[in-house]
Amino acid sequence: MKGSLLIAGCFVSGCLSGWALAQWEITITADFATYVLYLLMFQAGISIGSDKKIKDVLSGIRPKLLLVPLATITGTLGFSALVSLFITRWSLFDCLAVGSGFAYYSLSSILITELREASYGIQAATELGTIALIANIMRELMALLGAPLFVKYFGRLAPVCAGGATTMDTTLPVITRYSGKEFVFAAIFHGILVDLSVPFFVSFFCSF
Amino acid sequence: MLIVIGIMFAGIAAGYLLRKAEFLQGIGKPVSYTIMLLLFSLGLSAGGNREIIDNLPALGGQAFLIAFAGTLGSILAAWAVYHYFFKEKR
Repeated sequence: MKGSLLIAGCFVSGCLSGWALAQWEITITADFATYVLYLLMFQAGISIGSDKKIKDVLSGIRPKLLLVPLATITGTLGFSALVSLFITRWSLFDCLAVGSGFAYYSLSSILITELREASYGIQAATELGTIALIANIMRELMALLGAPLFVKYFGRLAPVCAGGATTMDTTLPVITRYSGKEFVFAAIFHGILVDLSVPFFVSFFCSF
Repeated sequence: MLIVIGIMFAGIAAGYLLRKAEFLQGIGKPVSYTIMLLLFSLGLSAGGNREIIDNLPALGGQAFLIAFAGTLGSILAAWAVYHYFFKEKR
């Protein structure tokens, strides 16, 4: 819990700083977050490579690992369908399309805006695209911030499934930290499969 | 995406070559500091983005519901898969 609060605090103070800088017309052009991510990946790599049990990890890749992306997809789509009952503004398939971004916010928001423009018109399509952007950024943040809690109450696979398509990059360091190094290869495998499923599911649900 | 994975494999190679070095065994701590830095810089770009900040109240509620549902659904499914297939038998 302390860890989650600490990183949430870091995010909030980042938001406030970014907002304050924007008020003074200062914009950060360099993609700072990308370089921090690179540093993080390198560190995560070092901790995997220097691990003395690395051979056990590699020999642990089994067909049952396919169950992990399957859990992510069924869990996400099932609950996105449920929540559409409470969102009257959008149809079941709109909610499923947003949910099937699996935290891949850049791709899903662009796809939804483009695919919905013909049927909904540009205004509503942009609105749904923005919802997809915000929802999938939120999902990534939930995966990053919630990882310690998820492990505690739902087991060590929970941060992997929560991370959706991001478990091969952004959320991988957090998974390494809280689920353990044994789950790193499961997370990469999961991230690649879920990532590839995003354009498929988004265009499928936008066709209704 | 490929760059990120490439960098990680470079780190794995570096870590493997340097695996005898004592200081690498305690790499967990600096990783959590970098996670904090990553969250701060994500906040920096979100807070500085007019469109995101202006649209947050109007669309954020619906977005939050979908994000929350998706996360909850997948951690519940993760729990089931972990419980029945991955948990070490004691």
